[in-house]
Amino acid sequence: MIAEAGHYALVLALALALIQSIVPLIGARLHDAALMNVARSTALAQLLFVGASFIALVTLHVNSDFSVANVYENSHSMKPLIYKITGVWGNHEGSMLLWVSILALFGGLVAAFGNNLPLSLRAHVLAVQAWIASAFYLFILMTSNPFLRIVNPPIEGRDLNPVLQDIGLAVHPPMLYLGYVGFSISFSFAIAALMEGRIDAAWARWVRPWTLVAWIFLTLGIAMGSYWAYYELGWGGWWFWDPVENASLMPWLAGTALLHSALVMEKRNALKVWTILLSILTFSLSLLGTFLVRSGVITSVHAFATDPTRGVFILLILCLFIGGGLSLFAGRATSLKQGGLFAPISREGALVLNNLLLSVACAVVLFGTLYPLAMEALDLKISVGAPFYNLTFAPLFALLLLAVPFGPMMAWKRGDLLGVTQRLLAAGVAGLVAVAIVWGWASGGSTLAPLAIGLGIFVIAGAVTDIVERTGLVRLPFATVLHRARGLPRSAWGTAFAHAGLGVALIGIVCETTWNSEYIATMKQNDVAHVAGYDLKLDGLFQRQGPNFREMIAEFNVSRDGETISVMTPSKRSFTTRGSSTTEAALLTRGASQLYVSLGDATTEGSIAVRIYHKPLVLMIWWGPVLMAFGGMLSLSDRRLRVGAPKPARAKQRLQPAE
Amino acid sequence: MRRMMAAIVALVLLALPAAYAVQPDEIMSDPVKESRARGLSRELRCMVCQNQSIDDSDAPLARDLRLLVRERIAAGDSNSQVLDFLVARYGEFVLLKPRFERQTMALWLLAPLLLIGGGLALWLQIRRRARSGADVPAPPLTPEEEARLAALMSDEARSS
Repeated sequence: MIAEAGHYALVLALALALIQSIVPLIGARLHDAALMNVARSTALAQLLFVGASFIALVTLHVNSDFSVANVYENSHSMKPLIYKITGVWGNHEGSMLLWVSILALFGGLVAAFGNNLPLSLRAHVLAVQAWIASAFYLFILMTSNPFLRIVNPPIEGRDLNPVLQDIGLAVHPPMLYLGYVGFSISFSFAIAALMEGRIDAAWARWVRPWTLVAWIFLTLGIAMGSYWAYYELGWGGWWFWDPVENASLMPWLAGTALLHSALVMEKRNALKVWTILLSILTFSLSLLGTFLVRSGVITSVHAFATDPTRGVFILLILCLFIGGGLSLFAGRATSLKQGGLFAPISREGALVLNNLLLSVACAVVLFGTLYPLAMEALDLKISVGAPFYNLTFAPLFALLLLAVPFGPMMAWKRGDLLGVTQRLLAAGVAGLVAVAIVWGWASGGSTLAPLAIGLGIFVIAGAVTDIVERTGLVRLPFATVLHRARGLPRSAWGTAFAHAGLGVALIGIVCETTWNSEYIATMKQNDVAHVAGYDLKLDGLFQRQGPNFREMIAEFNVSRDGETISVMTPSKRSFTTRGSSTTEAALLTRGASQLYVSLGDATTEGSIAVRIYHKPLVLMIWWGPVLMAFGGMLSLSDRRLRVGAPKPARAKQRLQPAE
Repeated sequence: MRRMMAAIVALVLLALPAAYAVQPDEIMSDPVKESRARGLSRELRCMVCQNQSIDDSDAPLARDLRLLVRERIAAGDSNSQVLDFLVARYGEFVLLKPRFERQTMALWLLAPLLLIGGGLALWLQIRRRARSGADVPAPPLTPEEEARLAALMSDEARSS
């Protein structure tokens, strides 16, 4: 019953989405408020029905109802409850249902909190959302129905892939989807603006918080996925430049550019055409990601559901929305008038530079991902991997980071590059000192590493300088500083945190890749490994029975200078149902650095292959994105940015002269 | 999208039965040569495991390739000779960093060309617009906005 109810709810959601696709637009044409308001009710009802459908699938998984194919293929009655729930989106069908649920959630949020949007804009936005939703409901119902029954229900399920039985699955995909799908809102706003032929600074003010929300989730989602790969896959890598990872990086790059260009549009009414284009491109790249993962056209470590029918269907959706969006843009963009003027050296100019570098970086990733495909059509097989991106992507980001501290300190309209450079002198000196120290300390090795660390320090110091200047720290008495710090817009704090996060991540990346030490050997009981000043003694090997697996645990006694610090217990788990195994690496955190131990195969003589790494400052790689996301949240909490926020200030605004 | 989870699906299928990437018994006794071998391994693709380098991969083929690289290094080949040898055997596909050739020119030149071209175009346009003077007038108000403005203004007039 539950499966059928879930299925039925999804069909109803499709019907609602179809109504929402058409009726509000007719309303907008006829200037009929009642018809336009239909969008609001249908968006909320859609959320209700998709939510019901999603809960139905979760219930089926929790109840281990193996008469449903999706549950049978991905669950097991002995699986811990948390993995029964997360297993819902650990497969193609369930993850698509999560995708549309989040889409409906965003649609519902616009409907519920978009009261201060002009009526016709809201109608258009929700109609465009409904087009996307309809396409994906159809996709699920026709090619990937999660509620299909099995005629002769088996007694036991085939279990979820063991590597996915991890807390990472609970957090990473939902976060990533909130990011990807969140960009659909800026897409819908862009299409709505093009359809209405009206766009102004207020439009940017409405779009920015939505973009920011999506961006925060995408940032955290990517970072989380990277950390998950790092500890779960067992060889200590955290980014592989894999096509599927690239698919998540591209919307992030475009989305970051969009955040910055929307800022220019909101504050200065400039870059309108570009902002609209970026909104369309960002969501297009999200869709491309969906297609790449599920179509099987790319060779990837992450090959997911490789079913040609699904691939073709998603390709159609892709062409429809990207092609449609861009055609509409091409037709209408010229009618959008460019606004505020600015000199090349100005805050606007800096943000344009940011957009240029991010766009080129995004293009490099896109090209690198798709080029092998194009070459294959010409019968030439080539590979594009990490060494390529290190040579192309990295320099672009270095340039970008070099410019980052200048941006927020530049004045709008016409900036003073020399003045800003002088104000950044202290930050620059801090960077150079860091270069010198690292150079002296790590004599030999890569020459680029000290420079990169100096760059990271410069970016962090630049962010600090901006706050110091704005609050008047150093110059003014402490009480005044405190008062000014409190009065500083949250978005200024947000900018500083997000930019500093970039520097933090860079330092982590450089340290991890340059000074990573590694020890690979076969060890017997009581053997000692010496890695980066730590002594790891293998105390012994043990067997243990878990809920749905057996594991072999190696116990290492970790000491430094003769003092015991901790015990590390990496293990290898064998899952009987799938006949596969996972390696559970053991991690020991010391400050921002980590010791990382993972196990290989045991030999018959009782010894075992081990890999031990010392990864200096590796955690900074993920602290960086967390700082960026925190900066984003601060910015989001800025009253000026929240939709509907201007109300208390209205009395004052009324008296202001027209600009 | 959903990198890891997908990740992982294939990784398990491909990789897990074996142990690790570089095995203890593969390591060369000369640390200089070993580090050269590791460097080269990172630039070579394990052809059966899709997007992994042979340094990361656990597949038997990756192990064979790692041993082959070490064999060539032990025989006194330079780095580029090792790469040439592998390309001759397995084709360009084995290189994770494609060589700069006619077919890959677009790939390599994309970033510098876009950066220079885009930068130049933007600079010229911003400068031209900045020189051309006055702001473009704001778009005219819609009738609704006119009405709202009128209401606000009369409101203002009354209250002051």
